[in-house]
Amino acid sequence: MAPYFTLFFLFTILPVLISVIISFTYFNMLELPRWVGWHNYARLFLEDDVFLIALKNTVLFAAITGPLSYIACFLFAWLINEFSPKIRALLTLIFFAPSISGNIFFIWLIIFSGDTYGYANGFLMKIGIIYEPIQWLHDPKYVLAIVMLVQLWLSLGTSFLAFIAGLQTIDRTLYEAGAIDGIRNRYQELWYITLPSMKPQLMFGAVIQITMSFAVADVSMALAGFPSVQYAAHTIVTHLIDYGSIRFEMGYASAIATILFLIMMSTNLIVQKLLRKVGS
Amino acid sequence: MAFLFKKIRSYQKKKVNRSWYGTVMIFAVLGLFGSFMALPLVYTINNAFKPLDEIFLFPPRFFVRNPTINNFIDLFNLMANSWVPFSRYIFNTLFITIVGTAGHIVFAAAAAYPLAKHKFPGRNVIFTIVVLSLMFSPHVTAIPNYMTMSFLGWIDSYWAIIVPSFAYPLGLYLMKQFMEQIPDSLLEAARIDGASEYRIFWQLVMPIVKPAWLTLMILLFQQLWGTDGGYFIYSEELKTMNYAMGQIIQGGIARAGAAAAVALMLMSVPIIIFLFSQASIIQTMSSSGMKE
Repeated sequence: MAPYFTLFFLFTILPVLISVIISFTYFNMLELPRWVGWHNYARLFLEDDVFLIALKNTVLFAAITGPLSYIACFLFAWLINEFSPKIRALLTLIFFAPSISGNIFFIWLIIFSGDTYGYANGFLMKIGIIYEPIQWLHDPKYVLAIVMLVQLWLSLGTSFLAFIAGLQTIDRTLYEAGAIDGIRNRYQELWYITLPSMKPQLMFGAVIQITMSFAVADVSMALAGFPSVQYAAHTIVTHLIDYGSIRFEMGYASAIATILFLIMMSTNLIVQKLLRKVGS
Repeated sequence: MAFLFKKIRSYQKKKVNRSWYGTVMIFAVLGLFGSFMALPLVYTINNAFKPLDEIFLFPPRFFVRNPTINNFIDLFNLMANSWVPFSRYIFNTLFITIVGTAGHIVFAAAAAYPLAKHKFPGRNVIFTIVVLSLMFSPHVTAIPNYMTMSFLGWIDSYWAIIVPSFAYPLGLYLMKQFMEQIPDSLLEAARIDGASEYRIFWQLVMPIVKPAWLTLMILLFQQLWGTDGGYFIYSEELKTMNYAMGQIIQGGIARAGAAAAVALMLMSVPIIIFLFSQASIIQTMSSSGMKE
């Protein structure tokens, strides 16, 4: 047990503490850190317009892809659960595959490519909706929506499996008892029996999905470029990467990381509170 | 179509509280979204076998007409000519993945066992911290981690990637939840028979939690398989396959065929592993819930 927790402390707990401390300093990796108090935070909110764009985009991601992906995880797990085990295994594989196939999301680059070879353009032009190819990934109007779409495509991961597993452990006799007690259809069954019985999995899934929806970066950087057009797909994490690994302003980057950390934790705790009310 | 109707009807008979309308909706929704999920993957498979002239066909065609394995031959030619022998990239990825995954399973199980089955002061505090740490994103810890690594002198070595993966909190969490299901009486019986804690752990607990290993395996495998070395690895000969594949893909139009073949290869390994371990994973996940 000791070795694990040494490593756990070294690579998970300690970094968070260090990050909070550095966020109050000016630090460029070459000179020793210099204490600057709240300066980094003041600069973030008062002077850095790009950070505010990033914050807005991140909140949008969290508010749209977060709940949607969570609901999708549950909805598909619930629907798949209606089938016989063989079909269920196949459907699970289909829905889960995108999230484990690594960096495969770059194929969306080809689908939304800006020339006529892109599948989206090719298809829309063929059926005559548009006449000129659309620059999907270079037009601030579309780029955020596309990154969200791909993020959703990738989001049926660990929580999806947890939900499938949770649904399978529910005692079948509960449903029969429910039918006798006057439950008429699937929806009543869902609300009065299914959801309350799998509350622990729902809480676990929420943590995973929330953390994921705040940490959008890889997809945005791969699809929309880095930095993206007019910062249309810039998120807190890409902003952090910008300052941390390009400009080497570690103090400032740590302030960004600390804010992200606080936002994630508080959202998680609020959602946990809400979920406790399900079915009661 | 007739097949589908028969399917729906046979399905209908089995359950209570199931309306026709609802069943039809389920088929429709799953069909629609299932194809949304599957299309890009099917596309990748198709593209890998397309001859060059079909990849650049306008209007683009989804399915392959004249399948060929030229793309794979191209890819192997590219590999043969790369600066660092390609087998080196493969070795790097395999080494990181196998050592990281195996280490994580042993470390996490060894830490999970006392948390799940022994009472000692501070146990709940430790577990609460682990649960909270599920909410951290790796990006938050990236900068201090870099500093720790450079302090330890692990920059530009495999260990910078392998060692932190040992302490990945999700694995510990799932392992501990799963171990809680082992009946106490079983451990008690072993103790009465005179087995040491060490022996109980290796010979009794580890075999029982096999489904949990497989789950940790796929989780870690997927992470490490997809790593490109991040900020930690600079030497070309230590870089991973994923990085090398990224370079091929960025080669642009001339390498579109090879890139499609690469995509298929990178994608298929985790999917195949999942295919074989699915049942165990679902079994582990059923104990993943958080208690209030």
